[in-house]
Amino acid sequence: MGLNPRAGRALRTLVTSVASDAHTWNLLHLQLVIEEMGHQVVNLGACVPDATLVAECLARPPDLVVVSTVNGHGAHDGLHLIRALRDHPRLPRFPVVIGGRLGTDGIADPARTRRLLDAGFDGVFDAGADLSEFRFFVDALASRLATTGSWRG
Amino acid sequence: MSGPAPGFGATVVRAHRAGGLVVQPRMGFGDPVVMRTGLAATRAARAITAGTITVDSYTRTGDLAAARRALHSGQSLNGYPIATHDPATTRLVLTGLLGEDFPVQVRHGSACPRDIVEGMIAAGLTATEGGPVSYCLPYGRTDLACAVRNWAACAERLAELRGAGAEPHLETFGGCMMGQLCPPGLLIALSVLEGMFFVRHGLRSVSLSYAQQTNAEQDREALSVLRRLAEERLGGVDWHVVVYSYMGLFPRTRSGAEALLAEAARLAVAGGAARLVVKTTAEAYRIPTIAENVRALETAARAAATADPGPPPAETGLYEEARLLVEGVCELDDDLGRALVKAFRLGRLDVPYCLHPDNARRSASFLDGAGRLRWAATGRMPIRPEGGGTSRPLTAAGLLDGLSYLRRKYDEAAPA
Ligand code: B12
Repeated sequence: MGLNPRAGRALRTLVTSVASDAHTWNLLHLQLVIEEMGHQVVNLGACVPDATLVAECLARPPDLVVVSTVNGHGAHDGLHLIRALRDHPRLPRFPVVIGGRLGTDGIADPARTRRLLDAGFDGVFDAGADLSEFRFFVDALASRLATTGSWRG
Repeated sequence: MSGPAPGFGATVVRAHRAGGLVVQPRMGFGDPVVMRTGLAATRAARAITAGTITVDSYTRTGDLAAARRALHSGQSLNGYPIATHDPATTRLVLTGLLGEDFPVQVRHGSACPRDIVEGMIAAGLTATEGGPVSYCLPYGRTDLACAVRNWAACAERLAELRGAGAEPHLETFGGCMMGQLCPPGLLIALSVLEGMFFVRHGLRSVSLSYAQQTNAEQDREALSVLRRLAEERLGGVDWHVVVYSYMGLFPRTRSGAEALLAEAARLAVAGGAARLVVKTTAEAYRIPTIAENVRALETAARAAATADPGPPPAETGLYEEARLLVEGVCELDDDLGRALVKAFRLGRLDVPYCLHPDNARRSASFLDGAGRLRWAATGRMPIRPEGGGTSRPLTAAGLLDGLSYLRRKYDEAAPA
């Protein structure tokens, strides 16, 4: 994409689903949103096993991983996924966010969000979250990387 | 309950001939007691109903260990783990409910359905849905060639049950590809091709699906074309058409959701469908409750009861388009499974916006001013977009606009 990022430098982002989730309209939409903000996207598509995601992160370390899942199993599958990334000895601690519909109850349960953050996610955007918070997160990350070269503030 | 279940297809067709539309939920719960309560409530609803056991995502993707863990830890599943619960448990779920007047179908979405099919057969069930393409491309990353082998084996396994006195039934999901933004010509072609695939692998009773899209007139034409092609291609077997209420972004308001469902029921009646799969007012948010499902079944039945078939729809070339797509596949190989794999490899079939690695991704669609779903690009398919197509680049806003067309229309019409 020929766009310039709104803030900071262009990020290499990975958009992915969790192992059990087949939905892809959410992935395609997020890909376009991120690209239109001026960043690069590799979209891994539906039903991504944790091992495939780990292998992709080892081959091309991303600046940001965006996990999107709506089938209602996301809270559980997300915990597995983040452990696989965070426990891996050769993977740096790049930011990982998760969003969509993480349970089958249609609500953004704060306890669920807490568990996911504690397990190592840097952002949780559950049911009904609007994209402006996410855009804010991405802008902040891009400018931080441009000024300090570090993922963390 | 003992012995095989009566034929799903025969029961549906009998009810339809008697003048009714069979309505069916998309219901599945992890807990067997809740599942049974849901089936009982479906049966008791004020409507002619068929029951559904919708299978959870872990079982669909073959992760039976995760399904088992979820049952032990009490995690809420998005469906019934039919390959993990003991078949004796599933029989108990069905006892006294499944019968001549209440057929039950298993719905899943798996490209590797062996465990699911064995689970349902062990529990006395003989009807399910899917297909080599429609349960592969929209449902994950399994190779299409592998899904074709798996679905051939599944169809043959089900067909064997005829020896035991049952009439197994398979429904194609091909008319629902991706839920939304797939033009009707391709939906019809895939539904017919998958129906033919099932018959070649031994089934004698099938149903062909079609999901309500964004323009009622276009959908009515689609159903008449689907029936015409089925008559041409599925001679000598028992078949019926099943309509799905809209499978895309659903209205958020209760009255918007119910109005869209009622529209689907009228479409089913006008289009000569025997069965309708409903959606609930919870669709835009979460897994629906049993009560919400029952309400949807009754809303649909009421709308169907007062629907009038209306005049025959205008012909806009949909029959020719769907036939070209079907023929374009059949001429590739005598073996229909191999022909389907070749067709996708060559881009002769190409599903818009489907990210599966075996999809060519050269096609695109758009909604015109009247909400008709049309081709913007047809890639290497043997059809051409009217007027040469459009080459607007896909944007986030443009995509969301197309996805939200019906949501907007029905939510805006809803009383505040
Ligand atoms: C289309 C659709 C399908 C298609 C998908 C085809 C495909 N390959 O994509 C098909 C028919 C195959 C399908 C299948 C299933 N589906 Co479905 N599907 C839908 C439907 C109707 C629309 C989804 C859509 O178009 N989304 C478009 C995108 C753009 O919007 P979105 O999904 O809402 O995502 C937005 C936000 O959530 C958010 N977001 C999402 N991810 C992220 C991530 C981040 C970081 C951020 C910031 C934001 C964010 O931003 C997105 C864009 O605005 C929804 C219901 C609805 N929403 O109306 C159900 C729905 C998502 N499906 C559902 C389910 C359960 C299933 C199945 C498991 C079957 C079943 N049991 O009913 C299977 C999936 C099997 C599997 N292995 O996972 C449920 C989920 C329930 C829940 N979470 O409580 C829903 C809500 C329907 C329902 N009410 O029951 N489905």
